Amino acid sequence: MGLESEYEIPVLTTTVEKMVQWARRSSIWPVTFGLACCAIEMMAMSCSRYDIARFGAEVFRGSPRQSDLMIVAGRLSRKMAPALRRIYDQMPEPKWVISMGACASIGGVFDNYAIVQGVDQVVPVDVYVPGCPPRPESLIYGIVQLQQKISRQHLA
Amino acid sequence: MDGSALLALLQQAAPGATIESAPTADVHTTIYVSRDHVVEVARALRDTPELRFAFLAELTAVDLWPREPRFEAVYVLVSIEHRLRLRMKVRLHGADAHVATVSSIWPAANWLEREVWDLFGIVFDGHPDPRRLLMPEDWEGFPLRKDSPVQIRRPPHVTEALQVTQEEFAANLEHDRLTRRR
Repeated sequence: MGLESEYEIPVLTTTVEKMVQWARRSSIWPVTFGLACCAIEMMAMSCSRYDIARFGAEVFRGSPRQSDLMIVAGRLSRKMAPALRRIYDQMPEPKWVISMGACASIGGVFDNYAIVQGVDQVVPVDVYVPGCPPRPESLIYGIVQLQQKISRQHLA
Repeated sequence: MDGSALLALLQQAAPGATIESAPTADVHTTIYVSRDHVVEVARALRDTPELRFAFLAELTAVDLWPREPRFEAVYVLVSIEHRLRLRMKVRLHGADAHVATVSSIWPAANWLEREVWDLFGIVFDGHPDPRRLLMPEDWEGFPLRKDSPVQIRRPPHVTEALQVTQEEFAANLEHDRLTRRR
């Protein structure tokens, strides 16, 4: 580039796309959407022992309007499905979804009339985290995978 | 008070009702009441000074399909005053699963009867609010019936997001602003 040597002040050059990708992946704010026991592990992940703040995703928002990520933590009942879809629709773009645990991903042990067999029937899922429930490390791994996915997403 | 004494007392308090006792494996006294006398017996159970079953602990049902009478509505009652417990059952045929509501006697029966209707399809005549309680409002069928399928392969019902144009959005905002000012 040569620009850095021309000026006395420190300058970094980059592209707008890289800058936006960096900004998006470094502050993934999840919406508070705990449905079942997976939510306990999700809370543990956000607290100081596992500390998701290291990856910039610690701010659980009470409003979907301020969120980038929906972690579907637990089994989704058929009665809850319209509410989940509505909260997803209320989130501003860009938005991502992590399906956390066996129940959210495929229905888990609840293969019955009341539970949706996979939340990908309701919302588009970016990352599936396996486990019953997944340990906080697994969910952190899922978020890191999502960060890598975001840093590969091109602007328009 | 043992079961036979309770039964005699109850028969005295509700003379017209047909009440029979049933053997149980546990210590609870169990009685069967005919469908037509449920409200009468319930009022006698609550109001007789020697009984005072003022607390409806549980109201549920059993599906004995394919046996007939198919359903049993089960009322678990507690007398706090006299330290008594009683299980009252009502036999109901599958083709005619109606029973009178007891929500006027025990207000706790309101939601319990809604739950039983929701999951078993037993109609409680005279119920003040006969809606589903647990399942979605547009649900078809009664899931806890024995002939109801456990697994269904059906896409979940979700609503689509409302799509508005820029003009409609602005008009909505304007309408909202005008109505608020008033």
